[in-house]
Amino acid sequence: MTFSTLLKASTAATLIAWAGFATAAEVNLAAGEKLAADQTFTYRILDQITTMDPGMAEDVSSGEVIRDLFEGLYNQDGDGNVVPGVALSHTVSEDGLTYTFTLRPEAVWSNGDPVVAADFVYGWQRAASPALASPYSWYISLMGVENADAVIAGEMPPEALGIKAIDDHTLEVKITTPKPYFPQMVTMYTTFPVNRAVVEANPDSWTEPGKLVGNGAYVLTENIPAERSVRERNPLYWDNANTVIEKVVTLVINDENQALTRYLAGELDKTEIPTGQYPRLLGEYPTEAVSFPLLCSYYYNVNMTETGNPALQDVRVRQALSLAIDRDILVNNVLAGGQVPSYSLTHWATAGFEVPTIEAAGMTQEERNAKAKELMAEAGFGEGGEPLTVDILYNTSDAHKTLAVAISQMWKQTLGVETTLANQEWQTFLDARGSQAYQLARAGWCGDYNEASTFLDIMSTASGYNDSKYSNPEYDALMEQAQTAADPAPLYEQAEQILATDLPLIPVYHYASVFMLNDQIRDWPVGNVQQNTYSKDIYKVEAE
Amino acid sequence: MLSFILRRLAVAIPTMLILIVISFVLMFAAPGGPFNTDRPLPPEVLANIEARYGLDQPYFVQMATYVWKVVTQFDFGPSFKYRDQTVNDIIRSGFPVTLVYGFWSFIVAVVVGVSLGVVAALKQNTWIDYLAVGVTVGAQVLPNFVMAPLLVLVFTLWLGWLPGGGWNGGQWQYLVMPVIALSTSYMASIARIMRSSMLETLNAGFIRTARAKGLPMRRILWRHAMKPASLPMISYLGPAFVYMITGSVIIDVYFSTGGIGQYFVNSALSRDYSVIMGITILVGALTIGFNLLVDILYAWIDPKIRL
Amino acid sequence: MLVSKASAAAVANAADRAQTEGRSLWKDARIRFFRNRAATLAFYVLIGISLFAIFGSYIAAWDNETIDWPLMGNVAELGGPSFENGHYFGVDDLGRDLFARTVQGTRISLMVGIIGAIIAVVVGTLYGATSGYYGGRVDSLMMRTVDILMAVPFMFVLILLLVIFGQSILMIFVGIGLISWLDMARIARGQTLTIKNKEFVEAAVATGVRPMKIITRHIVPNLAGIVIVYSTLLIPSMIITESFISFLGLGVQEPDTSLGALISQGASQMQYGVIWQLLFPLFFFVLTLFAFFFVGDGLRDALDPKDR
Repeated sequence: MTFSTLLKASTAATLIAWAGFATAAEVNLAAGEKLAADQTFTYRILDQITTMDPGMAEDVSSGEVIRDLFEGLYNQDGDGNVVPGVALSHTVSEDGLTYTFTLRPEAVWSNGDPVVAADFVYGWQRAASPALASPYSWYISLMGVENADAVIAGEMPPEALGIKAIDDHTLEVKITTPKPYFPQMVTMYTTFPVNRAVVEANPDSWTEPGKLVGNGAYVLTENIPAERSVRERNPLYWDNANTVIEKVVTLVINDENQALTRYLAGELDKTEIPTGQYPRLLGEYPTEAVSFPLLCSYYYNVNMTETGNPALQDVRVRQALSLAIDRDILVNNVLAGGQVPSYSLTHWATAGFEVPTIEAAGMTQEERNAKAKELMAEAGFGEGGEPLTVDILYNTSDAHKTLAVAISQMWKQTLGVETTLANQEWQTFLDARGSQAYQLARAGWCGDYNEASTFLDIMSTASGYNDSKYSNPEYDALMEQAQTAADPAPLYEQAEQILATDLPLIPVYHYASVFMLNDQIRDWPVGNVQQNTYSKDIYKVEAE
Repeated sequence: MLSFILRRLAVAIPTMLILIVISFVLMFAAPGGPFNTDRPLPPEVLANIEARYGLDQPYFVQMATYVWKVVTQFDFGPSFKYRDQTVNDIIRSGFPVTLVYGFWSFIVAVVVGVSLGVVAALKQNTWIDYLAVGVTVGAQVLPNFVMAPLLVLVFTLWLGWLPGGGWNGGQWQYLVMPVIALSTSYMASIARIMRSSMLETLNAGFIRTARAKGLPMRRILWRHAMKPASLPMISYLGPAFVYMITGSVIIDVYFSTGGIGQYFVNSALSRDYSVIMGITILVGALTIGFNLLVDILYAWIDPKIRL
Repeated sequence: MLVSKASAAAVANAADRAQTEGRSLWKDARIRFFRNRAATLAFYVLIGISLFAIFGSYIAAWDNETIDWPLMGNVAELGGPSFENGHYFGVDDLGRDLFARTVQGTRISLMVGIIGAIIAVVVGTLYGATSGYYGGRVDSLMMRTVDILMAVPFMFVLILLLVIFGQSILMIFVGIGLISWLDMARIARGQTLTIKNKEFVEAAVATGVRPMKIITRHIVPNLAGIVIVYSTLLIPSMIITESFISFLGLGVQEPDTSLGALISQGASQMQYGVIWQLLFPLFFFVLTLFAFFFVGDGLRDALDPKDR
């Protein structure tokens, strides 16, 4: 279902129900397979879980845990489609601004309390409140919930937020502009319900095992922050009958190569594959090495302000640099994990988005190089012209380093452009990039929701994430229009074309999730490009 | 002696205060902050967070509040990055781990190191000496970050004898590899320092006299040579023990032990101010404590030293 | 040559003492040093490694940054050591010549080790000897300063230095040197405490020699043995510290490299069929450190006037 049809449906105030999706976690065993006796799923995380509080969380690892411990209005299925969670369905008002959710009556907290609309109201108010000061409070404002900005700024009390409980099982949300993808947005952990009594009893320690009360398929039973955490089946969960995995264990392993060794020694069911190792592992373990699209884009920001490199203000130089990057080599020989070369910003797998036809994408690398030399000569740089040196700033990481080194060599050999590589630790890097103290800086962006505007919005003038400080009124107007357009797809395509010509950022590739997954684990949501995973939806079969 | 200890403890308080001030200054001078992420926060959100953690106060007020809380309530504040935890939680869960494997590494390093050093000195310029020197040098030149993955490769993947990491409450299987990896380079240093000072001692007049008198070597060694020869090593042990704890980053990274060492680098990199301060104070207190211990040992071994 | 600077300093100390003690210790020491076969061998190995680091780039077929594109992506199959394509040591994970990178890495590592150690030894010895000699309040003040500095998280200071002054090789020298002198100071002080009660110092005090002169003329030379042994321990630990900094991403900037960075890279790939990426840098690393240790031991034995 694309968003435009969703929008039409919603403006018609149609009841949207998902009769067909009622039991998402049905186990489909192939012939001769049977469930493993030990249903434990153990996976590696890079760093300890920062928080198990849905209102506070901001990172991927926390999200994975919180989606197991709590449940929001809607969940996502294996393909990223919205399926019922605590909410069974919703209706949208004529103007597209009021959403009314019907909650399932049988949902309960892990302490036996029923999950009611007021728990969502409290969860949202809490997430937005200055008292909690959540780093993700902006998400409530991104959703466009009424008065969200005023609540966050402390100008209105949290109770003024546009969410209210009509009765125990009816929840009403008011938003300020129609958002066709609003139902998608309530799958995010920031919008999960929180049990008020539990939080208020122990405001500082309610997320500890034993104290934490959730409404998800699992309960937290052990948490040694820097080492491991364990969550086990919640028998009170409404869909407990369809939950197969009994126990989920996270192990903190900082070093990805160590994690891989331990995976191969049988200590883990899932771990990320280090850069460049996918082809070899695929050869050796064809049923375990997996790769599928992940909704993130990798690109280089160009500093478009006066603190940037003056030569880079010339659009021909930017185009030449972009053309001279042989993305196929980067993707096939350096990353080698199913990533896709990119000439545009929005990830190719974004729902309802067609990758626009960019001229450069259709050329061969020889043609690109020839064109690049031509443009460079026109601009008066490179061979025969003024010598050019550009700085590439990247944060400490082997993968970023490898790419920067390869790209610098491509520029040197094709265009005669010298490159200075500057590697900075994360905080210094962020500071430099955020204050435009760079010429070219590595950047990556992951979609907050599965729709093209999550990528394209960052390059609009007003965006706080526009580190290039790119400003183009035409582009801004397109993005403005897209917000209310019945079919935003053509507008997104135009926006991409503008970016591809102006190149305030140089696209490099679109991410893929590349990891080793025990082949006994089934139903991993490979079609979910945001990797919003739910342990309740997977299961483990007996080894052959 | 007692007055010496009391005097040193009295000096420790201003020392800690100066340490806190220096750390605060360094911390605020560094670019970035604990709430910088890939996506800059909207100003209102950032303002809320700063207000919650008191970061909107002038530096001096922040520092005074911090010291006051530490002194009166022993409260090191909440971690800015790991929101569910306070610094006290982090130290409580990480420090015992580091202490356990640090302690065993220390014992192994001292026992093996001293034995190797003494044997090498006694058998100077024989094959035993060369072997001992070769082994210690070899142990020292193999970097931790080569040895750690190698150990895991051999003992976990190939032999399947030991778990590849984790802690599990400190069962011995989980201790073996961290202790080997952490102790070797210190062991080697101790052996080399011991060999050198033992040689020096054995050539000293009083030992020559004892030898000339025909006293058995074993007796000379234990009664006369051991004490003076271990002085330089003891100087080394104070800092070494503190380094074992703070320098255990690589152990925590490779063996996922969950110790305190990793926070040493992580907190600085993520500008987790309160954790930086907590760890600084912890390490500061340890350093002062161990140096005091070293001085006392010194005085005990060599009565000529005036404290 | 940088390598011999450290030994030159040590020898100078010895010469100084030779004057005070009135016999030709310098010459004796040299003879004794070269009588020690292991030390002599190690000394020539060090010279060899220095020559490799300085002139190796002239025999390399590639430079340290050019990518051999056809090998990239097939490093495990095609990138091994080979004389045919000029990659004597194979290529790194990006297809860059490992020989050229090892040469250049050895150069950086030697520089970091030696310059760092010189800073640490000079500052630490003088500081520790002064503190130990004066004793009392001065000692207390100076050692508390060391305690405070030691308790400052050193990674944080380094990060800060590298951040405020930019990531450069010079800051790495200074940063590592500034941290390591603290240990040296403590050890020097400990030794001074024992030495200062000896007759020759008491005699000097009695005859009214000024304190600074006693420290430089009588105390420091008698610290030479332990200082040399310690600095030979220090150079490798400097090189290791540098590699740790590289491991954290704060080391030398690409395309430059250091032995530590190469080893750290090679170690992370050790089970991926590109073992030469670990072995070649590790070989030079181990050889360098071994040589430093044996030269240090040889010097210690040679400089010890009580020996033989």
